[in-house]
Amino acid sequence: MHLVVLEGDDRLRKISHEAIGAARALGGPVAAVAVGKDARKLAEEASHLGVSQVLTVEGPEVSAYAVRAWVRAVETAVAKSGATLVLFGATSQGKEVAARLAGRLKAGLAADVTAISQDGGALVFRRPIYAGKAFAEVRLISKVGIATLRPNAFSPAAKDAEAAQIEPLAVSFEAKDLDGKATGFEAGSGGQVELTEAEIIVSGGRGLKGPENFHLIEELAKELGAAVGASRAVVDAGWRPHTEQVGQTGKTVSPALYIACGISGAVQHMAGMSSSKLIVAINKDPEAPIFQVADYGVVGDAIEVLPAMTEAVRQLRA
Amino acid sequence: MQTVVLIKQVPDTATRIKIGPDGKDIQRDGLTLVLNPYDEYAVEEALRLREQHGGTVTVMTLGPARADEALRSALAMGADEAVRVDGKPQDALQVGWALAQAIRTLSPDLILCGKQAVDDDQAEVGALVAEFLDLPQATVAVALSVDPAAHSASAKREVEGGLQQLAFSLPAVVTAQKGLNEPRYPSLPGIMKAKRKEIAVLSADLGIEPGLELVRLTPPEARKAGTVLKDLSGADAGAELVRLLHEDAKAI
Repeated sequence: MHLVVLEGDDRLRKISHEAIGAARALGGPVAAVAVGKDARKLAEEASHLGVSQVLTVEGPEVSAYAVRAWVRAVETAVAKSGATLVLFGATSQGKEVAARLAGRLKAGLAADVTAISQDGGALVFRRPIYAGKAFAEVRLISKVGIATLRPNAFSPAAKDAEAAQIEPLAVSFEAKDLDGKATGFEAGSGGQVELTEAEIIVSGGRGLKGPENFHLIEELAKELGAAVGASRAVVDAGWRPHTEQVGQTGKTVSPALYIACGISGAVQHMAGMSSSKLIVAINKDPEAPIFQVADYGVVGDAIEVLPAMTEAVRQLRA
Repeated sequence: MQTVVLIKQVPDTATRIKIGPDGKDIQRDGLTLVLNPYDEYAVEEALRLREQHGGTVTVMTLGPARADEALRSALAMGADEAVRVDGKPQDALQVGWALAQAIRTLSPDLILCGKQAVDDDQAEVGALVAEFLDLPQATVAVALSVDPAAHSASAKREVEGGLQQLAFSLPAVVTAQKGLNEPRYPSLPGIMKAKRKEIAVLSADLGIEPGLELVRLTPPEARKAGTVLKDLSGADAGAELVRLLHEDAKAI
């Protein structure tokens, strides 16, 4: 049995669809577990995705997120379902719950996995290291295995005509499970689309010449329904928040389309975006390293090219 | 206040990575090794808390003798003591276990580390240490405030779409994200002092079975340069690029 730990608030996150897809692709029955105040909504959505069972954990202990309460809930779901593989999305929450669960179950944990294969009877996980400058293949040798899955690496689960049964799961929480409970949330200033899960990213670098020109990036991103990214240089210069930084000390992304504007392509930046399916580079310098990995390139000034792109996309959509 | 900062020596992020001949490790000849960038934020935070609340800062790493250099970098920033746990762990479970056992002897009020090391990119060790020591945690923290007298702390951690605020008790494990602070540069006297400082060496307790074994390392798929538009006006290039992305690549 494979167990997928669901994530989302109003709706199931895209990565949870992908995690169910990854679990189903391995064959065998798949269970899912949803924890928290939105558990029932998430379970309902997941129940149509070809899983055999969805467990829900609700109640005052999980009314707000607390990592140890989530670990306790998932640990209980593992015991209940008899799962030997537990899949999470590689989100902020998924990563920390998975790591503590690994310690609790003394289970091997592969982080940020981009492919799962079977070698004889053993599972082999492929995962980027050095932000994608290399990949490691690791074999699971513990009885139970855990993986967090990189967004955009697995195909989402197809809908199934039959709905799975939704079953509340009773969990015995301890007082310490609530130490570290979330007390509030500040919404980020970033765009509507989350960088790591985005289908399209429009990213800007020093070639934009100043923070005052980043509206050109934002306008194209808005037109494309894309997320906004930035190079380390402009984050360190204070033009953009570090939440937008793409690269080895920022986020590693693999969107369907990555548009790099005024970014020369430092080694640490290229590491963070080179697994994108399609790369576009706009740069004044024809020798910029970014052109070596770009499927389409424009030698030109991003400040002049961007408005024309935005206009052309607008016409396309009209 | 006693703080332990867990650090790791990693290749500089400007380094190009090549796979070694055995396929199990990267080529290490001529690599520039540095203190993991996220650990710099952790060391800085510990130093700031010491300035605020007093106490000592102990930096700790798990690794071979060459990792002493990373400890000395942290000592040069201002850490008081350094411990190297000597051993060859096979996976993150063993790293977390060995560090947890070594930390236990120090009974710190706070354990800090980077949110992840930029070599293995696992982001597992902080949470594993917290789990093995049965402590609360705040991972990917961009703000931290502690009240040692009340044994309480609060943090803001980066999550998708914003910042999550947490309240927790001390001792606890906090992992540092970029934005937590601006790390200081080592001072010249700091560097001189760090050179002479004795590093305590413990032998790693690897009393937990590993959960993963490395099969091999592979390079990423090679990409090649594609169509490049030159000598067009900005307006023409923009329009042509969108046409190519729409009609040719069917990406928009």
